[in-house]
Amino acid sequence: MASEIKQGTLELVNHLPILQVITPMLIAPILVVLNNKTLSWLLSFLGALACLFISILLIQAVSDGSILTYYLGGWVPPIGIEYRIDAANAILLFLISIISTIVLIFSYSSLHAEIPEEKHTLFYSCFLLCLTGLLGVVATADIFNVFVFLEISSLSTYVLVAQGAYLDRRALSASFNYLIMGTIGATFFVIGIGYIYMATGSLNMMDIAERVNQLSDNRTIQAGFAFIVVGMGLKLAMVPLHVWLPNAYTFAPTVVTCFLAATATKVALYVLIRFVFSVFNYEDSFVNELFFLLLMPLAVIAMIAASVIAIFKQNLKKLLAYSSLAQIGYMLLGLSLMNQKGLASSLVHMVNHGFTKAALFMSLGAFMLKTKNVYIKSLRGLGKSMPFTSAAFVIGGLSLIGVPGTAGFISKWLLLEAALETGYWLVAILIIASSLFAVIYIWKIIEVLYFSESSEAYNEVSVLTLMPIWILALFCIFLGINTSLTVDVANMATEILFK
Amino acid sequence: MKHHLILKVITKFMVGVIVLFGLYVQFHGDYSPGGGFQAGVIIAAAFILYGIVMGLENVQKVMPIWFAQRAAAMGVLVYALTGVFSIIFGFEFLNYHAISPEHPKHGQHYGIILVELGVGITVTFVMIAIYYSFAGRTPRLDDKEW
Repeated sequence: MASEIKQGTLELVNHLPILQVITPMLIAPILVVLNNKTLSWLLSFLGALACLFISILLIQAVSDGSILTYYLGGWVPPIGIEYRIDAANAILLFLISIISTIVLIFSYSSLHAEIPEEKHTLFYSCFLLCLTGLLGVVATADIFNVFVFLEISSLSTYVLVAQGAYLDRRALSASFNYLIMGTIGATFFVIGIGYIYMATGSLNMMDIAERVNQLSDNRTIQAGFAFIVVGMGLKLAMVPLHVWLPNAYTFAPTVVTCFLAATATKVALYVLIRFVFSVFNYEDSFVNELFFLLLMPLAVIAMIAASVIAIFKQNLKKLLAYSSLAQIGYMLLGLSLMNQKGLASSLVHMVNHGFTKAALFMSLGAFMLKTKNVYIKSLRGLGKSMPFTSAAFVIGGLSLIGVPGTAGFISKWLLLEAALETGYWLVAILIIASSLFAVIYIWKIIEVLYFSESSEAYNEVSVLTLMPIWILALFCIFLGINTSLTVDVANMATEILFK
Repeated sequence: MKHHLILKVITKFMVGVIVLFGLYVQFHGDYSPGGGFQAGVIIAAAFILYGIVMGLENVQKVMPIWFAQRAAAMGVLVYALTGVFSIIFGFEFLNYHAISPEHPKHGQHYGIILVELGVGITVTFVMIAIYYSFAGRTPRLDDKEW
């Protein structure tokens, strides 16, 4: 019992870890009760803004290496659920909150083109639940709580992806595919949790970490780890388990694609990182060897194969979805190097790629508002008629390639450095090769945008639509110049994870 | 189902009993097996039974779709606001001591009742909403054609 907890003395500041998660959770049902289209947009935007504000406060609080803990319901950790914020999850909380805020600005002007008006309230409600889930996964230090929030976010994601059906019925099968794969992933994950609980009798990450140290030869723990890696591999679209991703990203509404591409897979990767470093012992041979023998080759295959496939795609949303798979490969590669630099590059790339891919998908969404589809041929000559959107797309594209001065360069450079330091020359060469493939598929689009004659004249989209796109594009440049937010926090995070 | 007189009479009788049993499970959840989820399913079963026997239009007169949707959200709100209540009074989220700081045991008791109430409301109306959305699809065969 928590009788030793001081009675009713907590200030609002102490509640930041939980407020981060429950703000969107509180607003979601209110939207359904009020059932007003404009009000629901406003409330969700304000909620996301509040989340952003809280996440900035949290990042400030943990940037000196300290750790914030919060006991839900006043129950002390091994029994109760603990929320634990350190540099590693603070940066992801920030990424998720800021992307959701920007995406909601975009949705104000674009959502009506994709979803009928009477569904908007429920759409926003679902969006907020997805946000709750993602934030919750990142904030919590209780492994079963991770599962619960993962399911909250996944279930709402399936619904959100299916909303693309008003434009293209294939969204339904894409969503159903995702539902099946995602559920298998979640099942594997929860079986893994079951095994861990069986062997250690605990669900709290810190508590398990202590007990697992004596159990590194235990088969149950090893099986649990395998299940968790496969489960999360499905959720983060690790290469042989990625089949749900391209269709889900292609047929979902633009707003959803932006949000998912920037956050969902990263959160799953974060869970994997958290389990490897904070729950299991990364020095154990079964953890180390799995990453070296299995995940590194898979990551490299993802980098190369997905980039090559992307070159041949005519539907640009699908092209970017395959490029996302390649980028997930980079992040997984950084993790599987199993050293501080590699992990730091992985964390930085999560943030940088989040902004980059959101910028790209959002400018595609803006094109789509005018052209009604995103096949490469319908983008002919849009560089002239939609100069601002096209310019933002180019910036995002450069960042995706990793041109110096953009966000993508920083993380790719860190990854290259990490690979070279570890002595993996071949891997380093393949990273560069994969970037060259990215040059091909981005150039293909730029060529169509700027160097071909347009058959039809379109007007530039409204300022309100341009604003979020340009915020993201400017972030792509800003994070390429000022690395204090990403690299410094990531270094702090890796030190905590590698302690 | 115009000719199923016995079914109709029994249903009218059973609906009340089922709801009553649901409420029993709801409010004894903290002492005996049961709780919000089970109670919600039982209460929803009463509405679903009524819907199956009396027809979708009749049950939707009693329980309109818009009400089921909003009430489901209200249940979540009850749960979440219980937690927020604790935060406002300077306790952790969902720390039931906040409800009665002088008598922590009473606080825990009231807290769990409130939270289970929220769960019960949500489960009831979500179950009903799921039934509506399946039953509301246009059937391939008319009832008479069977």
